[in-house]
This record gives sequence, C-alpha cells and structure tokens, in this order.
Amino acid sequence: MHEMGIVLHLAKTLDETAATEHLTAIGKVVLQVGEVSGIMTDLFTDCWDYFKGRHAVLKNSTLVIEQIPAVTYCDNCKGTYATVKYGKECPYCHSGETWLLKGNECIIKEIEAE
Amino acid sequence: MKVIQLGASVTASNEKDAERLRAKMKAGGTLLINVMSSAGAGKTTLLSRIIRDMPHTSIAVMEADIESDVDAVRIESLGAKAIQVHTGGMCHMDAGMTAAAVEAMDANADLIFLENVGNLICPAEYDTGAGKNLMILSVPEGDDKPLKYPLMFGKSDALVISKLDALPYFTFDVQRCIARVKKLNADIKIFPVSAKTGEGMQALEDWLCERMAEWQQS
Repeated sequence: MHEMGIVLHLAKTLDETAATEHLTAIGKVVLQVGEVSGIMTDLFTDCWDYFKGRHAVLKNSTLVIEQIPAVTYCDNCKGTYATVKYGKECPYCHSGETWLLKGNECIIKEIEAE
Repeated sequence: MKVIQLGASVTASNEKDAERLRAKMKAGGTLLINVMSSAGAGKTTLLSRIIRDMPHTSIAVMEADIESDVDAVRIESLGAKAIQVHTGGMCHMDAGMTAAAVEAMDANADLIFLENVGNLICPAEYDTGAGKNLMILSVPEGDDKPLKYPLMFGKSDALVISKLDALPYFTFDVQRCIARVKKLNADIKIFPVSAKTGEGMQALEDWLCERMAEWQQS
C-alpha cells in the first residue's frame, strides 16, 4: 500500500526533526501534495491517524493537506497548461513534447510544535 | 506552539539513509544495482542467467517480496548468495530496509542485485541507496508502458527489454518502445535481450562489468 510507506517516512522525518529541534509535541502538520502525486489524501489521513500513535511526539498531531495544482510546460510553444484537464498533449499546439512543471511533489511545508 | 517552516520532502529521512548506504557500498567496492519491473517481467530469470554467464564475478541477490522465498531459493540453487526480504506489506524497498538487508547478508560480493518488489510505480519513488537503477520491461507487457509509467523509465540508468524470444507472438515494436523511452530519458542504456536464448546478454553483461570497474575506481 503506497500511502502507508509515505506515512511511515513522514513520521520518521518528523521524529528526527523533533529530536534535532528539541520539540516535545507536534500539533499541526501542513503537507503540500501535488495533484498528480498519486497520493489518495483520504487514505493518507486515515493511515496517519493510525500510525501517529506510535510516536509520542506525534500522538496529538493533526494533518492539514494543501493541494498543489499540476502544471505542464510545452517545449514546442513554450506555453503552460493544466495537466489533469489536458494530459500529455498540449491543448494549444498539440505537441507531445511536454513536461510536468509541478504537481508531483509531497512536501512538509510547516509544523506547529512546542 | 511555534511554527517551524520545513519545506522538506516527506522522504527526507529516506534520502539521508540512501546517501549513507551509497557511501558505505562505495567504500567497500561493491556495486549495488536496484532492479525494478512489473511482477512477472522476468527479474529472477534474468539474474539467474547473469549469474551463470559471469562465473568469475562474485554476485549476491536480495529478493524483496511481500511473501514467500521462492525467488531466493531459485537464486541459491545457482550457487550465488541470496537473502529473502519481506517488506511487511509495503509495495517497495526503501533505503533503511535495503541497508538492513545488506548488513544481514554480510556478502563480500563485487555486485549485489536488489530485486525490488514487482511494481512499476512505488519502487521508482524511493531511493534505495543503490549505485545504479536498472529496469526490465518484458515484451508481453507492451511497448506503451513508458507512456503509462514515465517516472520509472525516467529514473533508470538502464532498461532491459526482456523475453525477446516472444516477439513473434506479440505486437511489441522494439524501435517504437526505444523512441518512447529516449523521449523520457535521453541518457538511458537500452538492452533488448532474451535470457532464454542468450540473445543480447553479452552487451548487458559488458555494461555491468564496465559499471563495476567504474564503481571500484572513482
């Protein structure tokens, strides 16, 4: 299960952050998730609520997920467009020489902690 | 409560583990190759052929699966050292798991293959700490797979197109596949092979020898 792996890494990264920053409790965790990252956010949150109990510093944390829209760049006409709506082919010039500019990320933006 | 701006990748801890493992393998002169493909693309068959064809290279294999030890038993029957890793339900290997497996295996090998979980998606997203990434696409899977799973094709150093002996029975177009892959990854090395007949194996094995020499020198 893909989400479980990511949740385990998130918990480990936050645990290490808590140790280096001398934090005793982490509250809000703001995660930025790309629209085409392949992460199912509902499943991710459920998984987080289960695994956070395993780490003392995370047990009262809450996950806030912000979505990053996916944008594709066209090498041919140098334009950008919404990836999910148009896919791989540029809607302006119909070129297939296109690249994902953003929307594939999973970033811990910020945490609230004491 | 204070707010701490992190801006860090969720897998930051994995990336640290991966760098640590790579440095350790480099110091020991062992090249670790992460082998990725769909389930049934012929990972174990390809590795078995390489072990038979390269008797003077000390090769060990880490078999990562969700269940069973059939692959590890197959590899061991060829005389190579093998270890079975169970991922505990996870669909990929990460650097921490790989490092633990390398430690447990304790092999003094020139070349270690990590046979990742059969899946074209998640294994591409985690740096295992390997020196090189190799993926296999088999003829029966179809030449459209680079379009569907661009990340893995984009991240691999080499692509093996396997089961070439099955080409007459499928509509797989090798040149079309190569063109699609090169669009995603201009630097990738591509080896069309049949582990069954041996076709194309020499070029792949030469590439492996070159990468081992390079890894031990630089």
